[in-house]
Amino acid sequence: MNDFPRWKYAIVVVVLLLGVLYGVPNLYVQQPAVQVNPNRGATIDLALKEKVQGMLEKAKIPFERIDLNNDQLMVRLPIGATDEQGKALEAIKAELGDQYVVAPNLASTVPGWMRAIGAREMPKGLDLQGGVHFLMEVDDKDVLEKQLQRYSDDIRSALRDKNIRYQSVGRGPQGVVVQLRSAEDRDAALSTIQSKVPDVVVSNGAQVGDSYTLNASVKPEKIREIALNTIRQNQATLSNRINALGVAEPLIQQQGETRIAVELPGVQDTAEAKKVLGAQATLEYHAVDTDGDAFEAMRSGIVPPDDKLYYMRQRAPDGSKVPILLKKKIIVSGDEMVDASSQPDPQSGSPAVSVVLNANGGRKMLDFTTQNVGKPMAVLFIERTPETKIVDGKEVRSTKVTEEVISSARINGVFSTRFQTTGLGSNKEASDLALLLRSGSLAAPTDIVEERVIGPSLGKENIQKGIYAVLLGLGAVLVFMAFYYWLFGLIADLALFFNLVLLLAIMSAIGVTLTMPGIAGIVLTLGMAIDANVLICERVREELRNGSTPLAAIRAGYDKAWATILDANVTHLLAALALMTLGSGAIRGFGVTLFIGILTSMFTSVTVTHAVTNLIHGGKKKLKGLSIGSGYTRGATA
Amino acid sequence: MELFNPNSKIDFLGGRKVSIVISALLVLASLGLLATRGLNYALDFTGGVLVEAKFEEPVQTDQVRAALEAGGFHNAQVQSVGGTREVSIRLQPTEEQKDAEVVGRDVIAAIKQQRADVSLKRHPDLVGSSVGAELRNDGIVAAVFVMLGIMIYIGIRFEKRFAIAAIASEIHDTILTLGFFSLTQLEFDLTVLAALLAVIGYSINDKVVVFDRVRELFRLARKAEPYEILNKAINQTLSRTIMTSLTTSLTMFALYFVGGPAVHGFGLTMLVGIVIGTLSSIFFANPILYWLGVSKTDLMPVTRENPELARRP
Repeated sequence: MNDFPRWKYAIVVVVLLLGVLYGVPNLYVQQPAVQVNPNRGATIDLALKEKVQGMLEKAKIPFERIDLNNDQLMVRLPIGATDEQGKALEAIKAELGDQYVVAPNLASTVPGWMRAIGAREMPKGLDLQGGVHFLMEVDDKDVLEKQLQRYSDDIRSALRDKNIRYQSVGRGPQGVVVQLRSAEDRDAALSTIQSKVPDVVVSNGAQVGDSYTLNASVKPEKIREIALNTIRQNQATLSNRINALGVAEPLIQQQGETRIAVELPGVQDTAEAKKVLGAQATLEYHAVDTDGDAFEAMRSGIVPPDDKLYYMRQRAPDGSKVPILLKKKIIVSGDEMVDASSQPDPQSGSPAVSVVLNANGGRKMLDFTTQNVGKPMAVLFIERTPETKIVDGKEVRSTKVTEEVISSARINGVFSTRFQTTGLGSNKEASDLALLLRSGSLAAPTDIVEERVIGPSLGKENIQKGIYAVLLGLGAVLVFMAFYYWLFGLIADLALFFNLVLLLAIMSAIGVTLTMPGIAGIVLTLGMAIDANVLICERVREELRNGSTPLAAIRAGYDKAWATILDANVTHLLAALALMTLGSGAIRGFGVTLFIGILTSMFTSVTVTHAVTNLIHGGKKKLKGLSIGSGYTRGATA
Repeated sequence: MELFNPNSKIDFLGGRKVSIVISALLVLASLGLLATRGLNYALDFTGGVLVEAKFEEPVQTDQVRAALEAGGFHNAQVQSVGGTREVSIRLQPTEEQKDAEVVGRDVIAAIKQQRADVSLKRHPDLVGSSVGAELRNDGIVAAVFVMLGIMIYIGIRFEKRFAIAAIASEIHDTILTLGFFSLTQLEFDLTVLAALLAVIGYSINDKVVVFDRVRELFRLARKAEPYEILNKAINQTLSRTIMTSLTTSLTMFALYFVGGPAVHGFGLTMLVGIVIGTLSSIFFANPILYWLGVSKTDLMPVTRENPELARRP
């Protein structure tokens, strides 16, 4: 019989070879490394490489080699040198300063030609391999301050509504201080504030002359709520940023009252992640004050009351700063952007960010542009960069705020929610900015206060136990199948082995992060993949029982089992698909494993076994029996 | 070798009233347990205390883990930090030790029993959950979508009565597995959640194989008595049902018994799910199918719809 065409054999062979090729990188061990990426304005070149090399040699820190590619340095340390990695990190950081982002990493040792064809090792999750840990401190002082401002406004309007006259409502050391003219006013104000602004506690303060004071302080539970909301929003923003970078399976966790721990699995662009985590950049759109003289304001220091003096990023040809006077009022800011993407300006080809505003921002922009066609509008770029200095042997952290006008252009037409901003230094800067704008702003300044390499959260012993269990389980299935279905069982075993290779190869090629639940998912997939072979074998047996000839039994067995296998697997695929698209983190990885596993098992369990079965039986003209379990080896002894 | 009589004629549907009543009672009991006792959520979901310890000499995380285990701290997550002399320990505090400080002191004391060179690196911190509430919700949403997708597919490929029977037994299986975790108060962590969702996949796989045979028998039979057809389908697929649950169980037994704490919960959930899923295919899904009144005529038009499927090898 030859119902199995030659091209199908060819496909089987090609797929299996590819499977082996793309599976092999997983056998290479990763080495500890330190990665250096440039900040804005800095460059990575040979001179820098030599500088780092010389410094490491002088400090007697062992390293294997330093790779320079894609605008980054990768300092590779010997495998297992985790203690030295910390030293190297500190040393390089001290040497290079704030111009560069220096982060610990794990570097792949897969040969270049394999990487070139996309063959790489599967990234392993935090539980199996560990990764990099960043501790971020959230500074919520600003947020509280803003909230107090809001309460002052609320108190003012509440008093005005009730016609209670007050001298002043202002910021005191503990909260808001209200000055009133009489004791009656004070009593009335007290009850008004208590009922209208329930988030504050009001108490009588000192009486000085004719001035009666009320002290309003924010309720402690409200302060806690504000702090909690701040940290929650920051956590969400950080997680958006990490996801936007494409880092798989990160851990983002609140730690204590004011800190957020971010852990990223190894072999990823940790320096880039660090840059994005700590970065705070946003845009603000302001009207340009065309009446004021910016140069005069710069010289005299006298700025019109509604304006603020800024400088253009682009300097004058002679290198001097170009001042510009902007109206203080913000038209729209980064908070009102719902989407941002970087693409070169279609006309000039210069780097640009396209932004989409929310409805409120769009309305404000429309109003402004309608009234100001022909007048200039400026784009203010605001960046906060954390700085670390060593003062008296102690690390002192501060933040540098850069405010630059990146573009100032005449409004040519009316626009609202969608527009483009140019004036950025490079495409990289444009895409970084777009990422930050897209992932939402941080509610409060957040700085990295600690960064370290962490080991696997599961521990060596547990990982080994897990792997041992996987092998034991598979071994048991293999033996059981061979024992129960004889030759057909052995063929199924062979297919199962190839299923594992293929599954690993595809997972590696598309970069699924391997975690312990993922490994469990692989085992489960393999355990269930055998189901297809069980279905086929049982069908073949049934056919034999009904009196079919061996070859007809094989053909009918595969034919009839196929419909069942298809239905069973498609429903199972639907289940996996839902896990994959709707679950997050570990669940998604598990779903992906299951999904790929079902697809590969359909190929190996049906096509591969069919090919092998035909190869063995198809050539024989007169087949007397099949080796598919004791009761059915008919003719074998005859 | 043949484990099962290929010509078995067991009357599975005969006991349908009893089996459905038992299933219904089990579902009610599980829901009751979930409502009153709930699940024992693990560190992933609840958050806990983070203790950072440092050592004079290099230390293995497994050693710290063993020391904690001996000191009564179970399921602690121990991770090396920045080399070999520091570890971070995440654990779930018990009822009495709500205070992070107290936990930190106790943890260090426990490790001191085996390593005298340990000290606290800094104040212990409370840490939030690593997965957050959104994952719990995502899990539920995922489960709902899984079921909807399956229902639509079965509705198209088979018939709506099959879809209803499949979904009813899926819900039954999920609730019973959750009920088991509520009853035993075993730790419900991320891997258990993953396994629970995998149980849905396993269970539907099992049901579809039986349904497939029901459909085939209906189409082949000249005189199609639903009662006999359903019984025959279960009997004919019985050998496969048991074989597949055996092979899958073999791997899960390995995870459960030797896989260590990381995959222990996964193995157990799957094992429980396999038992529930296999039994519900026979004693729950098919009786429902019978009561819904599936018949030969319902299944006939579908054959003409998909002629190329029959051609596939």
